[in-house]
Amino acid sequence: MNRFWCLFFVASAVLAVVFFYIGPACGWWFPGVAASPLGQQIDDLFYLILAITGVTFIGVHAVLGYILWKFSGKEGKRSDFQHGSHTLEVVWSIVPAGVLLFIALYQMDVWAAFRMKSRFDQEALANPIAEVTARQFEWRIRYPAPGKVLQDTPQPDDLYTVNDLHAPAGKPVVIKLRSEDVLHSFFLPHLRVKQDAVPGLVIPVWFEANEPKAYDLVCAELCGWGHYKMRGQLTAQPQADFDAYMKKLKETQFDDGFKEAADE
Amino acid sequence: MSTLNPTAGTLAGHGHGDGHSHGAHHNPGFISKYIFSTDHKVIGIQFLITTLLMLFVGGGLALGVRWQLAFPWRELPIFGRLIFGSQGAGISPEFYTMMFTMHATVMIFLVIIPILAGAFGNFLIPLQIGADDMAFPVLNMLSYWFMWPAIFLFGASFFVEGGAAAGGWTSYPPLSDIQQAAPASGMGQTLWLLAVTFVGVSSMMGSVNYMTTIINMRAPGLTLFRLPMTIWGMFITAILQAFALPVLTAAGFMLVFDRLLGTTFFVPGGLVVNNAAPTVGGGQALLWQHLFWFYSHPAVYIMLLPAMGMVSDILACFSRKPLFGYRPMVYSMAAIAGLGFIVWGHHMFTSGMNPALGMTFMVSTMMIALPSAVKTFNWLGTMWGGNIQFTVPMINAIAFVSMFVVGGLSGIWMASVPTDIYFHDTYYIVAHFHYVLFGATLFGVFGSIQFWFPKMFGRMMSERLGKLHFILTFIGFNGTFFPMHLLGIAGFPRRLADPYQYPVFEHLRPLNQGMTYFAILMGFAQFILLFNFFYSMFKGKKAGRNPWNANGLEWTAPSPPGHGNFESVPVVYRGPYEYASPLVEADYLMQTTFVAHEDRHIDPDQIAHHA
Repeated sequence: MNRFWCLFFVASAVLAVVFFYIGPACGWWFPGVAASPLGQQIDDLFYLILAITGVTFIGVHAVLGYILWKFSGKEGKRSDFQHGSHTLEVVWSIVPAGVLLFIALYQMDVWAAFRMKSRFDQEALANPIAEVTARQFEWRIRYPAPGKVLQDTPQPDDLYTVNDLHAPAGKPVVIKLRSEDVLHSFFLPHLRVKQDAVPGLVIPVWFEANEPKAYDLVCAELCGWGHYKMRGQLTAQPQADFDAYMKKLKETQFDDGFKEAADE
Repeated sequence: MSTLNPTAGTLAGHGHGDGHSHGAHHNPGFISKYIFSTDHKVIGIQFLITTLLMLFVGGGLALGVRWQLAFPWRELPIFGRLIFGSQGAGISPEFYTMMFTMHATVMIFLVIIPILAGAFGNFLIPLQIGADDMAFPVLNMLSYWFMWPAIFLFGASFFVEGGAAAGGWTSYPPLSDIQQAAPASGMGQTLWLLAVTFVGVSSMMGSVNYMTTIINMRAPGLTLFRLPMTIWGMFITAILQAFALPVLTAAGFMLVFDRLLGTTFFVPGGLVVNNAAPTVGGGQALLWQHLFWFYSHPAVYIMLLPAMGMVSDILACFSRKPLFGYRPMVYSMAAIAGLGFIVWGHHMFTSGMNPALGMTFMVSTMMIALPSAVKTFNWLGTMWGGNIQFTVPMINAIAFVSMFVVGGLSGIWMASVPTDIYFHDTYYIVAHFHYVLFGATLFGVFGSIQFWFPKMFGRMMSERLGKLHFILTFIGFNGTFFPMHLLGIAGFPRRLADPYQYPVFEHLRPLNQGMTYFAILMGFAQFILLFNFFYSMFKGKKAGRNPWNANGLEWTAPSPPGHGNFESVPVVYRGPYEYASPLVEADYLMQTTFVAHEDRHIDPDQIAHHA
């Protein structure tokens, strides 16, 4: 029975490792390779931490398994009369402290690149492609008229869509994120971008889609009963296609139904 | 005076063999003995039974959530027709948001916090420090009875217009602030805030009482560094509650004022939600998050430290070996508590707060992993070289260590801001905190119930049933929660009534269905615990004073101890972990046993060097 408990705990740890190992093959993993340069950096950090925590997890459970195997099931055996070890305490304080501090400091740069305005692409920051306003339960998108710069207040020639965000691919773009009512969160899983929308704040968010493709836009902050259906889409397209889309959007939006008669 | 200084006053006159009744305490009638009792043991058991029943309420809500995630909009078995008969017997999205909100609320405020501090804190503190009762017995009784208004308010909120609170247990404004923001943001949310205030008052009464008792009423010879880790856990938790709770209570009142009196602490001016009148004034939604997490992050440790303490006691006892690194254990627990106050911002990395704060909170959060690691290594050190006995308390304690490692390691991804950008509000977070709060704390609690049950009722719980319960719960738990890590890596968001709306999550449905089956298994396994608990209370094998051959003061009292606990004042000669001491023949040496040739001026650490 003693051996049983050792095997029980070791087996559960082995299963955990196996599960992580087969996860990607079963599709229980990231939704594809990160579709943005920043996303790739985040994934790299994920795998770095996975390596560190994986080694720790396996190490601790190997020791646990050894202990449960070796130090059990001996009737009448007397335990070591041992109260601790100063050396060991020092070692296992300093080593994890070093590793943890390394992880913390190593990450700072990616965080700064994601959120510090001074690190944004300055041209993209000066020319946000759109203002995205979250509301129960949709994303309202306001683009400046082609050739104009997005203003803080709505302009008569602004262009609007709902749940359908278009952006040029292959270069960093900035959106201004707002909320009209409660909290929401602008989440692009493929691009590894997430930012809450807070009423009263205007938050610039930048992202860069590598491929011209459609990506899911998910609301990731509970915003009420309809939270689950607040689904949007980001369409990344080559710059030329994006310009064409904007032009067409303008035409559709300002179409007053009046067609000029053909010349002469 | 007599209660503050029991060893000199109330207890001194009583000799051995006094049996159950205690001269200083009159024999109370049924109502004052079992219902409005001021005896810490009865109050502890009242807390224990109440919280165990609440565990089933919270678990039922969780199964509802699991059902919806596996089979969205399909008829809910058994309860569906009863609750949603008029709408096709499936769970509505409104009710789904209520379920996960109330699941967390019940589990946190009515199960985990009161089962640790209320049940075990009450039962164990006086017994383990050699006192006859708490410092303030009436306050103690009130702390139990203040839970009931909360239970009624939470329960009643399901039946008011709009239903129970549905803004998540975090209740972020403006959703929880503006009554029109959601059907359940009306009366249900107000009742929720009132109920949380009641549990807060209950916790606070316990907290003051525990601090006073532990500081003032320790038996002669019981210095601070001879206290069992359980008491250190309870003591540090009480301090945490005393400093953190007022912030939540104040924030709760501010939110109530916003909702009922027209203040705008947490909403900006001019906000129009669902055609409600625009808000006037101007506050900041993020303020609530700061205040809430200033309480709720320390609260995470309130939900963990006492279990860490109890598990330390159990591990030492069934390794038949002194606790490894007693002082580092105490210091690391204190470090966790201290650092716990400066890490709250890690819940807010994507919230829109100043990004520079993200960096400081990342460093402090990483540092809090350090004392947790030190504790884990010391638990392994305790078992190393021991003579491990796989009793039910012990296997639960080992599970605690194993699961705590998983929960601790997954936390590192959340502590580091860049990866948290992706993982925030996904199932990775759900996996992480369930590994800490269920995997660690609840397994610790299951072990502790079995360990101290003989002291509570004078009878042993069934080992056979205990092992069956453990195996099924452990399998069900890991089957339910381990895959959540993978869901999180896939970006699967929390709190969605139908995540499969998004094509990117569609393929995760079969995995979710499998997890739900494991959750059902885990849920049903708890009936074994319930049966074992109540069956053993009446039919269990009789237990002597010290069925586990443990060292603590509680094991010198009769099982169950009478009103007043000890027949004579216990005098303490050493710490509680002197297992396998060379001073005596037996492999345990109780704190009260006098050994003639013991050089008690030698530090235990030095004995180890001599040996």
